[in-house]
Amino acid sequence: MEGRALTMQEHITNILIAGVGGQGVLLASELLSDAAFLSGSDVKKSEVHGMAQRGGVVTSHVRFGIRVYSPLIPSGQADVLLAFEEAEAKRWMYFVKTEGRIVINQKRLKPPVAFLKGFEYPADPVKDVKENHGHVLVVPATEIATTLGNPRTANMVLLGALSGYLEITDSLWENAIRNRVPAETVPVNLDAFHEGRKLTS
Amino acid sequence: MKQILSGNESVARGCYEYGVHIATAYPGTPSTEVLENIAKFPEINSEWCPNEKVAFEVAMGAAFEGARSIVVMKHVGLNVAADPFVSVSLIGAPGGLVVVSADDPGMHSSQNEQDNRFYAKFAGYPCIEPSDSQEAKEFIGQAFDISIRFDVPVLYRMTTRVCHSKGIVSCGERNECGIAGFFPNPQKFVVLPSHARLRRQWADDRLQKLMEFVETSDLNRIDDGNGDIGIITHGVTYQYVKEIIPDFPVFKCGITYPLPVEAIRKFAHDKKQLLIIEELEPFIESELKTAGIRCEGKKYWPHCGEMSPDTVTAGLILAGIRKAVKTVPVPEPVIPRPPVFCPGCPHRGVYYILSKLKARVCTDIGCYTLGALPPLNSGDTCVEMGASIGVAVGMAKARKTGRGIVATIGDSTFLHSGMTGLLNAVNDNAGITVIIMDNSITAMTGGQLHPGSGRHLNGSEAPKMQFAALCQALGCDRIKVIDPYEIKQTESVLKEALNSDELSVIITNRPCALYPHENRRLVRQAPFRVNEDQCIGCHACMRVSCPAVSESDNRTAKGKTKSHIDTVLCTGCSVCAQVCPVNAIERMSENNDFRKDP
Repeated sequence: MEGRALTMQEHITNILIAGVGGQGVLLASELLSDAAFLSGSDVKKSEVHGMAQRGGVVTSHVRFGIRVYSPLIPSGQADVLLAFEEAEAKRWMYFVKTEGRIVINQKRLKPPVAFLKGFEYPADPVKDVKENHGHVLVVPATEIATTLGNPRTANMVLLGALSGYLEITDSLWENAIRNRVPAETVPVNLDAFHEGRKLTS
Repeated sequence: MKQILSGNESVARGCYEYGVHIATAYPGTPSTEVLENIAKFPEINSEWCPNEKVAFEVAMGAAFEGARSIVVMKHVGLNVAADPFVSVSLIGAPGGLVVVSADDPGMHSSQNEQDNRFYAKFAGYPCIEPSDSQEAKEFIGQAFDISIRFDVPVLYRMTTRVCHSKGIVSCGERNECGIAGFFPNPQKFVVLPSHARLRRQWADDRLQKLMEFVETSDLNRIDDGNGDIGIITHGVTYQYVKEIIPDFPVFKCGITYPLPVEAIRKFAHDKKQLLIIEELEPFIESELKTAGIRCEGKKYWPHCGEMSPDTVTAGLILAGIRKAVKTVPVPEPVIPRPPVFCPGCPHRGVYYILSKLKARVCTDIGCYTLGALPPLNSGDTCVEMGASIGVAVGMAKARKTGRGIVATIGDSTFLHSGMTGLLNAVNDNAGITVIIMDNSITAMTGGQLHPGSGRHLNGSEAPKMQFAALCQALGCDRIKVIDPYEIKQTESVLKEALNSDELSVIITNRPCALYPHENRRLVRQAPFRVNEDQCIGCHACMRVSCPAVSESDNRTAKGKTKSHIDTVLCTGCSVCAQVCPVNAIERMSENNDFRKDP
């Protein structure tokens, strides 16, 4: 464990979270940067707002380490890509290091224009990602969240799965979640987070 | 105390800490969250204004009265406010006036990519550029110091990446400042030509003093490094430079106008090569070249689009400083996700009908611009805030008839700068159709209030402007208010207006589905579902372009995909059900309405 922690101190950890407007990408990236901040790291986080709420592509870059300059991850430098949607995993896989990891939500969101010619949804995006990357984990996050009682917490399941790859303690994650989500939804969000965390830790 | 803040939140925090009294703005991505966050501090009087020009004038008046004032807008907003911005040059801003301009390199959510540093030079004002959240907060204090000391408005240039990136910020307490009051001085404050001529030299002297000041200002900074290649940079690009070539000597410009030319000359003295890495136009590069300093910049880096760590690296490779490395394979195109109207959006029905009637549509700036995208494809022109009505009138003049020509304009855009266009249309007897798409909010930027919303930024009640009464007062006599969820009514009213030679004004009356601040039930009803036994796979419902409607996994006997409605997303607006030719879309009973608010 110490060896891994040391690597994190020397280098910047780069996490790219990608999805579609409305999936909770921004909340997940807020929680990740809060948790990294609580762990004492320098943190930068970047995303583009604007059209995101209207079904567009949403990405958020989160970087932490001793001293972070750029708010954007250089392409090919992401340690983990957390994709909330299958085609988005395919769109952003080029951002990931060769030895990096890709976590994919088992979920396909076809845009409303998918019925038009030239806008076809990829036949099997997860297969395409697996052909290019060795470390891919597919998470049925919506299914897990639904079993737990609220399909809207799928983003927390995914965040939990991501957390297993990072050197941030359980209690810091819990603090981050308690500080940001509405009080009455803390238990359901924590449950979802822990269920996801089990998958990777 | 340390906090993680976005650049916009940091500017707001700076306003709090450095004693700002008055804040005004018109919403515009990426600047919007500045005023939203300033409004969280009751010490600061903050309010949205109908447009950037008015917002500027209010802040300017407050600064005349001796108050620390800030006005916030996106880059193109400064075009709207350009008249007061430049005109106040000869007057000054005794109380302190900071003008936040959020530029949008890469045009993430804008119609152009203008580099507003030129505005600073044009008016003779200092231009301050923070490069991260900490600076976005700190530099506000320095901006006010400069503004007050030199009696000059300061252009505070942010960019999308600085506005919307988060970083760790050290926060402090508020320093309360007094308001000195207005000291009448007609020769200063009344710019009659005879007064203005006297002030012209004063403004020139002020610029000279600013030029001397920036030579030693700590807003500019040198990071020592190794080697004989010097880098000059600014804004967020500085962060990319530090990421990619951390060991190079760097001159970081926190003020990009006027530039500390002599300090840079000194920095360049022992360098073999001077490289300017700047976002957008060669602004620093031209200034330095004019001053006779040999440097290179746009030879290696693009002058359009947003900079990134990758573009910085690409330029270094071109300049022969970095060896080309194995590049990341270019990804094959993945399905585009053009932004669409939200489920329940009141604009959907109107654009569906406009598309069906093949109208010539001059649209405007807002969510409804999205009607121009497939599959609705209804929007022939869109230029800038308020242009729709003037453009429609011009087309009608050239065509000698306004039949079939429509201007679509949102409520906030109409109040921003559409009213004068409509007044002109009345005066011109233009036979066009104007549709005011009133959803009672500034929606595209995230639901900000305007004079038609009936509420102040602090939540208190405000006078609610009535669109029909306003249009009547402007001289329109054919005004109809319609419910855009009623497709048949919308179609018949639009048909009648389009086939008429008279000026028609149609006002839609459903609130925004995302921000229904008055009555949620108007845009939230029991959802619909597809009865797949009846669905014939004609895809008529998909042509209304709703995120809740998509292809089902099931097919008809003829192999066509059936439709599916995501009942979590559906808001029950019924537009898809109304266009279904076989009544295959049915409303679920209220009991089945299991949607819960997050």
